[in-house]
Parts: sequence; structure tokens; C-alpha cells
Amino acid sequence: MNKLHKQRLIYVSLFAFGLAIASSLILYALKQNINVFVTPKQITSSHLASHYYFRLGGMVKKGSVIRDTQGLGVQFIVTDLTAEVAVRYVGVLPDLFREGKGVIAEGHMNAQKQQFIATQVFAKHDENYMPKNVYLAMRNDRN
Amino acid sequence: MLSLFGTIALLFALFFSFLQAVLPLWGYRRDNAIMLAFARPAAYGQCVYILIAYVLLTIAFANSDFTITYVAANSHPNLPLIYRLTALWGSHEGSILLWILILNVWTVTFSLCFHLSPVEERINIEKNKIFFSLTLAILGIISFCFLSFLLLTSNPFVSTHELQTGHDLNPLLQDLGFIIHPPMLYIGYVGFSVAFAITQAALIQNNLSATWAILSRRFAIAAWTFLTLGIALGSWWAYRVLGWGGFWFWDPVENASLLPWLAGIALIHILILAEKRDASKNWAVLLIIITFALSILGTFLVRSGVLVSVHTFANDPTRGLFLLVLLGILITAAFAVYVIRISTSLSINQFQKITFFSREMFLLINGTLIFIAMLTILLGTLYPLILEALHFGSISVGAPYFNLVMLPQVFLIMIFMGLVSYSHWESSIAIIPWRKIAKKMLISCISAISLLWVISHQLDWIAIICLSLSIWIILNTVQFYRIATGMTIAHIGFAILIIGILLSSVLNQEREIRLKTGYSTNLGPYNFYFLSTEGIKGTNYHGIRANFEIRKNQHHIAYLHPEKRIYPVRDMVMTKVAIHPSIFRDLYLALGDPFAEDDWSIRLYYKPFIRWIWLGAIIMVIGGLFSIWQRKRLT
Repeated sequence: MNKLHKQRLIYVSLFAFGLAIASSLILYALKQNINVFVTPKQITSSHLASHYYFRLGGMVKKGSVIRDTQGLGVQFIVTDLTAEVAVRYVGVLPDLFREGKGVIAEGHMNAQKQQFIATQVFAKHDENYMPKNVYLAMRNDRN
Repeated sequence: MLSLFGTIALLFALFFSFLQAVLPLWGYRRDNAIMLAFARPAAYGQCVYILIAYVLLTIAFANSDFTITYVAANSHPNLPLIYRLTALWGSHEGSILLWILILNVWTVTFSLCFHLSPVEERINIEKNKIFFSLTLAILGIISFCFLSFLLLTSNPFVSTHELQTGHDLNPLLQDLGFIIHPPMLYIGYVGFSVAFAITQAALIQNNLSATWAILSRRFAIAAWTFLTLGIALGSWWAYRVLGWGGFWFWDPVENASLLPWLAGIALIHILILAEKRDASKNWAVLLIIITFALSILGTFLVRSGVLVSVHTFANDPTRGLFLLVLLGILITAAFAVYVIRISTSLSINQFQKITFFSREMFLLINGTLIFIAMLTILLGTLYPLILEALHFGSISVGAPYFNLVMLPQVFLIMIFMGLVSYSHWESSIAIIPWRKIAKKMLISCISAISLLWVISHQLDWIAIICLSLSIWIILNTVQFYRIATGMTIAHIGFAILIIGILLSSVLNQEREIRLKTGYSTNLGPYNFYFLSTEGIKGTNYHGIRANFEIRKNQHHIAYLHPEKRIYPVRDMVMTKVAIHPSIFRDLYLALGDPFAEDDWSIRLYYKPFIRWIWLGAIIMVIGGLFSIWQRKRLT
């Protein structure tokens, strides 16, 4: 083994070391921070634990938005045209939140599994914008 | 008429780009000097025709010529003139045209730089002419690909016979940030093509000389500088417009701009080795190809609609496929040239005397670490795509992933950024000045802790580490101010950027509240009095303005006027936030929804040090400009 080989060995092992650290970090982090995307139909057909954190996507049902008389609480129904889920959210809704438009809410089901407690409702950036997976899910469900 | 002329101009440009691409390569093969000499006039011709097409489209926008579909879809007669002139890059077709225009401007810039630079005098002029023509040929190939993409899938000049009224520019884009952010970002993206073309030309010629390293590094720095500016402007725009007080959302498209930025940093550092020590050339070439590929990948991700993002406005699968094929061809060809040449063109002249504590080693480590950081972001960005392709369901990778993964890597990179100042070129003996290092580390830790205590009265682990590492970088780089001004400024800018990111997230306070006029609320040391609301009317919108007074300890600070606007053409509601900026804190106020008359939900943010993020970015840009300028003076 000459000098050159030794040097290359050092580079390769350094690189491998870095890669190992990075990939272990990544796998750990990915495991913790993936948001699974679920439609209302999938919720009714499966049993999700109440601590399970996910993204609910669908359409805000027309006429379903009810605001509290005090405070920032709001309730609405998310539908994918086959199933419905009631959502409760406390906070300011994004500008493009409208009845009859697409929405994504992040959160979990409550203990009775009656209501979805949203911690975040996402802003959509185009009035015609429908999240791709919502669109696909709704199209698939119709078929 | 305009649409016909525009299409003709684009066709002419396509023709010239074909000449620019093919003739020099053919001439090189046949050793024909005349063919090679065609590169420059063809490049200029192409630039002129692209400029004509661009001006024609701008005129169409200025005159609200709605016989052109693209203009009708993105403009409106009531739109203010400045937005009509820039609405051109408000959507897919126009932004690809802008992309090509900027590529042409870069080509011409390269041509002028090359002919004005004294580099030519030093080495064989004949060989340099060939190198120059080949570089233009590579740029011609890229331009040809994108022009055919523009003409075949997304011609902005397509006309329509229907009577159209104009759909207006997306209200989110009607902001100062929109006028400058896309051009700057594209100048950055496209600039890496020049470094790429220079490298490919050098590879074809089998001559990875110091000239190659100097030239490609200069253009890489220029591109990186503009990309930094573009990303910073984008984050500033998001902060002002989206109304959520955030400056970075780890959105796939934001990541797409960060990927070539990181690869560019690695590249700039590795090219120092190639230039000064005649080493690591294959790593540098590989990085250039990867950086270029990432900047094209960015375009693909934005334009194809494969990722769910706020920026995807062209959900047309054919475009995505076309771009993917283009990307595949370009990158495969580039790698083929690389693989064929790399075995023959590189003499094994690696550093003979390398120890761990030498500057060469630190530059290598830096390149590797930043490259790995880039890979982690790439994985997080593409992970949903991969899982979906494998039918594992649709997921999204949230911001916590990126924050968690990037934090330790940034720490590591920052430690090395400080350590590098203790090393020397080609140092054969590994004397590590432990005492000096420990002393500086101690100083930065103590000053960080005391600063944090003074500012916030709370000590947080991550905050302490981040702040002391930032101070550590500043302390260690300041001494290089005379030797490498640009580097010093850029590194200090990075430290300030990190301080801004960290302190603004640690000290951030926010509140969402329902408030009636005449009432007030507190946030941090500030009182927000909701005075009144009034109706407003703009050129293309109407809405409501709220009047707030801000006080601190009963002293008047400012009036803030957040607005809620309705843009009737698109029937879209927009929040116009009100910000009271200052160097140490921003007060940020956004209106939510009205519950009843004079009863609103509002969002308040108190964001200390957030301006430091953009300040740091601007300092990095200044550093980049300095190192281009200084390099010119030295050569």
C-alpha cells in the first residue's frame, strides 16, 4: 500500500463516516416527521389512534362553517364527496379558506374519534388550486 | 401580428442556437477554424432575436394585447404599469422565456469577459480560441434544448380568436418582491450553466488547466452571488406577502433553490484546490455537473407539477416529461464526457504532503459536509415522490425533518469554518494550536451566553451553541480581512444569517386573538390599540384597512395599517400585512377574518433579529461581489 492508496483510503473512510452519520440522522428524522395524507373516506374505513398525527385533505362542505361566538374557534366539515369528517380549529384561517374549496388540515382525531382537532390549516395559493393528492384522491373515490 | 412576429423571432433564435451548438463542435472535430469562429456571431444573433421576442411580449403586456392567450391569462388593463411590465414572468411560459434570455445575457457576458480578460495573453491564443468556441457551443446546446421546450410545449405567443378580458396577475405576485426576485434567482440558476459549459469545453479539449479553474470559479461565484440574492429576496417576499410571519417554509421549490446554492458553495471551495494546488479536479468537475443538474432539476420541479408546492403553477404532465427527458439527455451526455476524459486528462498530482490539519484538508471536508447537507435536503424533497412512485401512499415531509437534520450539520460546518483559519497550505507537520483554539472557543462561548442572557433572560442549549459558533466564525475570520476580503465578508455574512435565523426563532412571540375596535392587546413589551377600520379602494382592488397604534410603556411607537384586500377579477382575498421594521425587532400585524363589523381576528408577531437574516444574506452577496472584483484585480 503506497502513499496514494493510503490517502484515498482516508478520503473514502471520511466520506463513508459522514455518510453514515448523515443517513442515520436522516432515517431517524424522517421516521418522526412524515405527515401521512388521509382522506375522510380512509378515516371512516380505518381506525386511527387518537394520538396519530396526520394530514387530512378534502373539500370544505358548503354551509358547514360555524364560528364560535367568542374567541377564534371554528368548526367545519371536510368531505371527499363520499365521507365527511368534522374538524375543529382554533386560530386564524388562511385567506383562501372557502366553502367548496380544497383544504388541508394537520392534526389528530379526538379521543371519541368524532372530531378532527386541527393544529394547522394550510393556505392555498391559488383560488383554483387543489392539492394534487386531494384531487387524485377525490377522482379515485368517484370511480 | 405581435404573436406572429414573436414566434418568428423565437424560431430565428432557435436556428441561431442550432448554429451556435453544432458548427463549433463540427469545426473542432474537423479542425476547421472558420466553423469554430461561427460560435460568437451565432451567439450574438441568438441573443438579439431572444431580446426581440422578450421586448415584443413586454409590449403585448404593456398594451394589454389580449389576442395573446398568455397575456390574457396573466394581465388586466387595471393592473398597475409596473406589474404589467413584469407580469411576463408571472407564469410558466414567460418565465421560461426569461430563463432563456438570461442564458443569452450570460453567454454574451462570458464572451465579452473572455475577450477583455488578460488570461488570453498568458497561454496559447489559438488553443484559447478553440476553448472559447467550444464553451459557446455547449451554451448553445443548452439554449437549443430550452428553446425547443419553449416552442414545442409552452409558446407564450399563442394567439386566440376569442374575445378575452384578462384574468389579472395573481394578487400574491403583486408585490415589490415579485419584480426583482425571479430575475435574480434565474440569473443565479442560469449562471451555473456558464461554469458547466466552461468545464465541458475543457473536458472535451482534455485540458483542465488553471485557466479553466479560474474562469469557472469566477462564473460560479457570480452565479452563486445572484442565487443568494434571489433566495433572500424570495424569503423576504414570503415574509411580507404570505402573512404567516415565516421566512422559510421548506417548501419543495424553496429547497430546489437551496440545492444548487449548497452545491455551489461546495464547488467554489473545491475549485480553490483545483486552482491553487492543481488537485481535486475530478471532484470539482463532478460538482459542477451536479450543480448544473440541480439547477435544471429545480426548473423541472417547479414546472412539472410533480410536487405539491405553492409555486407549481403549471400542472401539465407533458411539460414535466419533456423537461425530464431534457435533463436526462444533458446530464447523461455531460457524465459521458466526464467519464471518458477523466481517466486520461488528470495527472495523478494529488497533494503529496497532506496532514489532517492543512487547509487542503479543511477545504475537502467543507466540500464534503456541504455536499452531504445538500443530499439530505434532496432526499427530504424527493422522498414523497419516491414513496408515491412505489405506491406507499402519499405523504409529505414537514419542516421539522429539515430543521432536525440540518441543525447538527450546520453546527459541524460552522466549527470547521472557524478551525480553517488555524491551518496552513501544504502544512507537512501537524501542529495543532490547541491553546489558541481553546481560548477563542471559550471567548465565544462566554460572550454568547452573556449576550443571550442580556437579550432574552433565558438560556437555551441550541441558542447558546449557535450563537457561540457564529461569534467563533466572526472572531476567526476577521484576521483575513486584508488577504481575502470577499471570503471574510461572505463568512461573516453567513454567521450573521445564522444569528438571525436562530434568535428570531428562539425569541419569537406570536398571538392570535379576536379584537374589537377600541380594545387593545399586549405582545412582548408592546401594546396594540385597535383604533378603527375604514374602506379603501386601489386601482385593481378594494378592501378594508385597520388602524392600529402601537405603544411601549405608554410611549407612542408607530401606527400600523394592515389591510384586507379583495381583487375582484380573480375574486381573491389577500391579506396585506403591516410591519414596523427595525434592526433589532420587527412588529408584524396581519388581519384575519371579520366576525362582525369591527370585530376581527388578528395575528400579531414580535420578531426580534429577523432583519439579520436578510442583512446576513446581503453581506454574503457583497462578499461574493468582492471576491469577483478582487480576483479581477489580481489576474
